Amino acid sequence: MDIDLISNILYAMVRTGTPLLLIALGELVCEKSGVLNLGQEGMVLMGAVAGFVAALLTGSLMLGFLLAIAAGIAMSLLFGFIALGLNANQVATGLALTIFGTGLSAFIGSDFVGKPITGLEPFALPLLSEIPLLGKMLFSQDMIVYLSFFLFAAVYWFFRSSRPGLIVKAVGENPHAANAIGLPVIRTRYLAVMFGGAMAGLAGGYLSIAYTPLWAENMSAGRGWIALALVVFASWKVERVLLGAWLFGLASILHLVFQGLGFSISSNLLATLPYVATILVLVLLSRNQVRARLLAPMSLGKPFHASS
Amino acid sequence: MAEAHITPPRLTLRRITKIYPGCVANDSIDLNIEPAEIHALLGENGAGKSTLMKVIYGLVKPDQGEVLWDGMPVEIKDPAQARKLGIGMVFQHFSLFETLTVTENIALALGDDAGDLPSLAKRIREVSEKYGMALNPDREIHTLSVGERQRVEIVRCLVQPIKLLILDEPTSVLTPQEVETLFVTLRKLAEEGCSILFISHKLDEVRALCHNATILRAGKVSGECKPADESSQSIARMMVGDDTPISTDYPKVLREEPFLQVSGLNRVSDDPFGTDLHNISFSVNAGEILGIAGVAGNGQEELLGALSGEDQVENHDAIHFPHGAVGHLSPRERRAAGMAFVPEERLGRGAVPDMSLKDNALLTGFLTGLVNRGMIAHGKTRDFAKQIIERYKVKTSGTEAHAESLSGGNLQKFIIGREIMQNPKLLIAAHPTWGVDIGAATAIHKALIELRDKGAAILVVSEDIDELFQISDRIGAICHGRISPIKPTPDTTINEVGRWMAGDFAEVEIKA
Repeated sequence: MDIDLISNILYAMVRTGTPLLLIALGELVCEKSGVLNLGQEGMVLMGAVAGFVAALLTGSLMLGFLLAIAAGIAMSLLFGFIALGLNANQVATGLALTIFGTGLSAFIGSDFVGKPITGLEPFALPLLSEIPLLGKMLFSQDMIVYLSFFLFAAVYWFFRSSRPGLIVKAVGENPHAANAIGLPVIRTRYLAVMFGGAMAGLAGGYLSIAYTPLWAENMSAGRGWIALALVVFASWKVERVLLGAWLFGLASILHLVFQGLGFSISSNLLATLPYVATILVLVLLSRNQVRARLLAPMSLGKPFHASS
Repeated sequence: MAEAHITPPRLTLRRITKIYPGCVANDSIDLNIEPAEIHALLGENGAGKSTLMKVIYGLVKPDQGEVLWDGMPVEIKDPAQARKLGIGMVFQHFSLFETLTVTENIALALGDDAGDLPSLAKRIREVSEKYGMALNPDREIHTLSVGERQRVEIVRCLVQPIKLLILDEPTSVLTPQEVETLFVTLRKLAEEGCSILFISHKLDEVRALCHNATILRAGKVSGECKPADESSQSIARMMVGDDTPISTDYPKVLREEPFLQVSGLNRVSDDPFGTDLHNISFSVNAGEILGIAGVAGNGQEELLGALSGEDQVENHDAIHFPHGAVGHLSPRERRAAGMAFVPEERLGRGAVPDMSLKDNALLTGFLTGLVNRGMIAHGKTRDFAKQIIERYKVKTSGTEAHAESLSGGNLQKFIIGREIMQNPKLLIAAHPTWGVDIGAATAIHKALIELRDKGAAILVVSEDIDELFQISDRIGAICHGRISPIKPTPDTTINEVGRWMAGDFAEVEIKA
């Protein structure tokens, strides 16, 4: 295998992993605050359709991404109102959000199926992109991929050394204690849920504007669910989310490479590779029960009533 | 009259009323706390202490009444505002975050005043040394003992300027020696002008520490007194009213025929934060009550798990009933051999919260003929539940009431009643009166003594050392998963058992 091929594989790995990384980072923040939002898939699809339609009608990709984010936030607010405002069961609400988002996005997008737009072009950074092997992977990507690098670093820093990050962790671990010392539990959870929505919307926009610039019904292909699993198997650790997302990207690419090289393995079997590989690696990483118990937000999925 | 004061009271509550659906938690309560005063708030569970405290700390909004702070009317909307005024609170169930460090926990509560973490850590060290409460700011909470956690809560209040410190049942988790240390700290704080509101139901402690006391009963102020001038009996009378019997002394007995024998029990805990058991040996004789004291988290859970059969032990012989080794038997098999068990957690282990009392009665009562060829005998089960309710005076709407609808004391009476009515030969009870009011505790003690006098072996594991001295015939303590010597209760003192609780004992030889 020559160096160009490897460099191309790495490039595609990051590109394929980016939507997962975005969704998973959003869900990570959300879950750290103690809210389990299973509506990722629905939010991603709404982001995808809103972003695509906006980009197609206005011709502005920027506007497309902004609308994608707005759609994600709007969906997450719907979730927040039901799950946090009305204290409904988070699992049921999240599932409903996915079903709702899937249906609504198909309805909105029905007139736009198959229409082409000019997608987001990569933007190679001068000099840096010349670095052998890693240059293409890290510095010849499009703006959203660069943004995902930045967001990864931001979320990492947020939980490692910022006071708001500490508050999010505290609220997710013991909301009653947090309330007792005067931390705004519900507001914190709302903000975390909205961040999750924004990230899922952005990921949707990335899919329909940059990754494959078109709209197709159900085009997220389960990425919302994979991202959810990623967060759990990454034991709520930011750096492992990045690892898992890129690993998934790598395995997705490998199955194309294998097919291209003419391996005589069923393509369906190969298509399962990303899922199997990602889960396998993360399970191995998180097999230490002691660590896993310390890392999971203790009040994940439990509604909070201030009065009790 | 307020004008006559040169310095107004630190805190005045006037006619505070809080009504919940179906119950008046606080009914027109007046309370006055002066600067530098240590004031006790006494009352049974459900008397309205918690609600009143939450009103002061801004967690609950009163329906009527006013709050005066340094003579000025204030409306305390939330805990953040309470802390701004200089009110700090130490909760009974600690409001700490397990996976964060001491410094991080305190930083969260301080808000923007926290400053950067290193300088806060330094402040924490200074405050904890000043008040004699050793604390390492960099430790994570889950590595701390219960006593240390309480120190974190107190220090958290003290790193800010504080004028009123509220402590909710602070001594219930401490050894007698730790209680003494805490009192030294509190007296020092009061000397510096800080007011202290001390909530408790341990009357001896209140008499030793507090200047004044306000006693609540059924949501109303039922009395005020200077605790030092009163006897524990007279204060207790104000707490429970005239009708409820107050606990008495029970005759001690000595028996020699062991029922449960534990010898050389070792066990590595499954829980990463648990305590391993080392070489535990003791026996419980038929017709006696053996009390095991200890501060929470010293291996009680692991010991109880091994004894109840929830965890099986490798060395089957380590746990022995008269008919043979039982270390490998399941809870059901052990129950069939005459054991009954009252776990620590009432809701979740002792009873299923959203099941009716009738169904909860069936859960352990099924061995006593409530199930007929795999079919539940509903009539019999209902009668069984009804008998428990009548015999142990469980206050409830009936056998169909959900377990979670009962107050802690009533549910505990039901659970203990359920076990005792099965006529066990061995009863293992964990913290039988934890969080239970005096009336119910007395009823539970009486029931245990009655069962003892019928010839059953009873093991009581409790953190309440006074309770153990009251009902146990022999007493010992557990610390770091090791068991202290066990002595007949009349031959030992609270001080000695307190030292055992702190681990101050030579390890007992294993008897063959």
